[in-house]
Amino acid sequence: MNPTSLLKQAEEEQQRQQQLNLRVFLCYSTPCIAAGAEQVKTALESLIKEKQLNTELEIVATGCMGPCSRGPLLRIKPAEGEEQTYEKVTPEQAREILLHSIEQRPVETEALPADLPFFARQTRIVLSNNGEIDPEKIEHCIARGAYSALAHVLHEMSPEEVCNEIKNSGLRGRGGGGYPAGVKWNLVRKSPADRKYVVANGDEGDPGAYMDRTIMESDPHRVLEGMAIAGYAVGAEQGYIYVRGEYPLAAARLVKAIKAAERRGLLGSRVLGSNFNFRIDLRVGAGAFVCGEETALMTSIMGRRGQPVPRPPYPAQSGLWGYPTLINNVESFANVAPIMEKGADWFASFGTDKSKGTKVFALCGEVVNSGLIEVPMGISLRDIVFEIGGGLPDGGKFKAAQTGGPSGGCIPAEFLDTPVDYESLKELGSIMGSGGLIVMNETSCMPDVAKFFMEFCLDESCGKCVSCRVGTVEMYELLKRITDGSAMLTDLEILEELCELVQETSLCGLGMTAPNPVLNTLKYYRDEYLAHIENKSCPAGVCQLDQIPLMKLPEHAAERAVFKEER
Amino acid sequence: MPVITLTIDDELVSARAGQSILEACREHGIKIPTLCNLDGLSARGGCRLCLVEVAGNPRLLPACTTEALENMVVTTHNEKIDRYRRMILELTFAERNHTCAVCVSNQHCELQTLAAELGMDHVRYDYLNPELGLDTSHARYGVDHNRCVLCLRCVRVCDEVEGAHTWDVKGRGIESRVITDLNRPWGDSESCTECGKCVEVCPTGALFDKGSAVAEMKKEASFLRRILDGREKNEWRR
Repeated sequence: MNPTSLLKQAEEEQQRQQQLNLRVFLCYSTPCIAAGAEQVKTALESLIKEKQLNTELEIVATGCMGPCSRGPLLRIKPAEGEEQTYEKVTPEQAREILLHSIEQRPVETEALPADLPFFARQTRIVLSNNGEIDPEKIEHCIARGAYSALAHVLHEMSPEEVCNEIKNSGLRGRGGGGYPAGVKWNLVRKSPADRKYVVANGDEGDPGAYMDRTIMESDPHRVLEGMAIAGYAVGAEQGYIYVRGEYPLAAARLVKAIKAAERRGLLGSRVLGSNFNFRIDLRVGAGAFVCGEETALMTSIMGRRGQPVPRPPYPAQSGLWGYPTLINNVESFANVAPIMEKGADWFASFGTDKSKGTKVFALCGEVVNSGLIEVPMGISLRDIVFEIGGGLPDGGKFKAAQTGGPSGGCIPAEFLDTPVDYESLKELGSIMGSGGLIVMNETSCMPDVAKFFMEFCLDESCGKCVSCRVGTVEMYELLKRITDGSAMLTDLEILEELCELVQETSLCGLGMTAPNPVLNTLKYYRDEYLAHIENKSCPAGVCQLDQIPLMKLPEHAAERAVFKEER
Repeated sequence: MPVITLTIDDELVSARAGQSILEACREHGIKIPTLCNLDGLSARGGCRLCLVEVAGNPRLLPACTTEALENMVVTTHNEKIDRYRRMILELTFAERNHTCAVCVSNQHCELQTLAAELGMDHVRYDYLNPELGLDTSHARYGVDHNRCVLCLRCVRVCDEVEGAHTWDVKGRGIESRVITDLNRPWGDSESCTECGKCVEVCPTGALFDKGSAVAEMKKEASFLRRILDGREKNEWRR
C-alpha cells in the first residue's frame, strides 16, 4: 500500500458508511461485555436477520465509549437526524430501539441527554476513535485517518523533524514520570548504534486503572502507528509492545491489528512504499506489577526474570540487548499520530504551561459516573469529580481523591480546585501516575487505605533489593498494628523513618514510591493516625482496634548495646 | 587504558575508565560496606549497603554498579548514609532467622562482621520469623534458608564461573528463595557439579559443608579471583 491507495481506501470506506441508512454502535469493551453487551449484540443480529436488513444498516462493536458504570451502551446514528445514546440497554430494549429507529417512530427507551457533562466536558484526542470504530476492522480505522500521519512522516519529514515536532508539542511521558517525550526521542536518535528498539509499555498494573487497556482494546492501530512513527524518528526497525498478562482481549486485538497492518504494507518491510522497515512483536507479561518499570520490562522482553536493573545506564543509552531503546507508555504513543497530523502548536494549545495536551483518567470509586475520561491538563479536580463524575452517590461527602495508585497519594477536599497537572499533583505529595483516579467518601479510613496499598506493594515487590523486599513488609506490619490497635507512638516514628529509608534507597520506582501513600496520608490525615494510636478509635469506623500493644524494648536498651563504639 | 580523576571523600583519586566507583574505592583503600558484591562476579546492586552520594545526583547510587566518571564527586560516608546502612542491616536481620549463637558460620560471617563494623546493635523492626526449612539432601553440602540473605552470589558463581546454573530464584518479594534446578532437592540435582563454589562464596551460614558444627564453617571467597586470573593467563597450577 502507498499513500495514494491508503487515501483511496479511506474514501471508499467512508462512502460505504454514508450509504447506510443506520449505523448502530454497541460498546463492546470489557466493562460493557461484563454488563451484557454480548446478549444485546445477539438480539440485534437476530433482529437484522429476521427483517433482512443487512444491506441498510450495520452493527459496529466498538471500543470503550466512556461511562462504564452505565453499560451496555448503544448509540444509534441515522443517516439523517440526531444520533442518540442509550444506557444500561437490555436485549429487549435494544430490539425496541432498533425497530423504532428503522421505522422512524419515536423510541420509548429514554436516551441520554446530548449535553451530558460527562461527554461535553471532555476533550478527546487519544480516545477520539473510541466508540466510532470496530477495533478489529482496519478499514474503519483507515476511514478515520489511521496511518495517514505515518504516510506523511515517511514521505515528507526527516527523523530530526519528527523528534523536534514531538519536542515542540510538549508531550510528556504518560506512564507517570512525565519525562519530556521529545528529549527522550532525541537521545535515542542521537545514540550511535547499528540497531535500536522501540518499546510500548502496556503493563498497566495500578489498582483501578484501565486507561492503557482501553486504548489498546479500542484503537490498537493508533498505538501501532505511534510506534512506527517513533521507529522512523529514532532509527529503529523493531518494536515490541508489552501487554500485561491479565489483558487477553487487548493482546488478541493487537495481534489482529499487527497482522492486518502487515498485510496491507502499513508495517513490515518498505512501509507505505518508503525505504523504512518496521516490525512490531507482541510480548505478554506473566503477572508481575514490577514489569511496568522500564528496566524490569526490558529484562522480561529479553526472556529473563522480570527484575529491574540499576539506572544509569538509561534505556536510551543501553536497553534491550544493550542497544539504545526508546520506551514510552501506550498512551504516549497514542498521542503521536494526532500531533503529526495536526501539528505541535495545535497540541500545545491544550493543557497548561508545563503539561501539554490531555490526560486519560480511569475515574472510579464513589462517583455517580465512573468510567474512562479524557480531559485537558490543568482541569480542576472539582470539575472531574463533580461535573464529569456527577458527584458522589447517595449524598456522600467527598473526602479524598487517590491518584497514581500505589505510587501516588490522596488529595484531600481542600485541594479540590488544584489544576490537575504533573507539577501540582507532585506538590501535593501525590503523582499523576498512569491515570487512575479513585474517589473516596467519609467512610474511607486513611491508615486503612495506606495499608491496602502497602499490602499491594509488598506482594508485588520483586525481591531484588533489601529496602523494598523487607521494608514494605515491615511498613505493612506497622500499619497493621496501627489499624488493629496494638501500635504505640514510637511505632509511628519508626514508620516514618522507614518510609524515608525505602524511598531513598530502593533500587527501582516501585520501592521508591511505595511509601508515598503512607507519607501522603500522614501529611494530611495525621490526626486519623493519632486517633488510632492514642484514642484507639477509627474516625471512619472501619478498623476493629481490638488488639493491645506488644511488649517493647526498655528505654535504656540503646545504652546497653554491645557494639557501641563511644561510651 | 585511559585514566580518569575523580574526588572521593574530598580526596583526588585516579581510576581506569570503565571501573565502578566501588572498584576505584577499593584500589585506594577506601572502605565501603558490601554484601551482595564479590570480586569476580557481576555487580548486582541488590543489598543497598554500598550506596554512595554522587554530587549532582538527587539519589544515592550503588557504588558497585555505578561507573566512575571524570570529575565525579563521591561521598562514601556521612551521617545519613551510615544511618541508612544500619537500617538496611536491621531489615536484613529482621527478614529471616539469623541466630548467630547456633550458626555454623558464627564468627566467620560477613553479615555478622558488617553489623559489628557499622554499629548495628539492635533491631527495632518486627522479626518476621518465617518458617523455612533446610535442604540437606546433597551428599556434601547443605542449604539453610533461615540464614540466606538473597545476595545471589551462589546463583551468579554457578552461572558465571562454573557454568552449571544449578542455582536460581523462585518466588518474588519476601517469598523469594534460592532453589536448585527446578526447585528439586539439591541432592537430586542433575546439573550440580559438586564444585562447592557456591558454598565458598556464600557470605553467611546459608550454604555449608555438611558435618560442620557451630562456628566451624570457615569460607574463603578470594579463591574466585585466583581461578579467574588463572583462566585469563592460562595458569593451570597454583
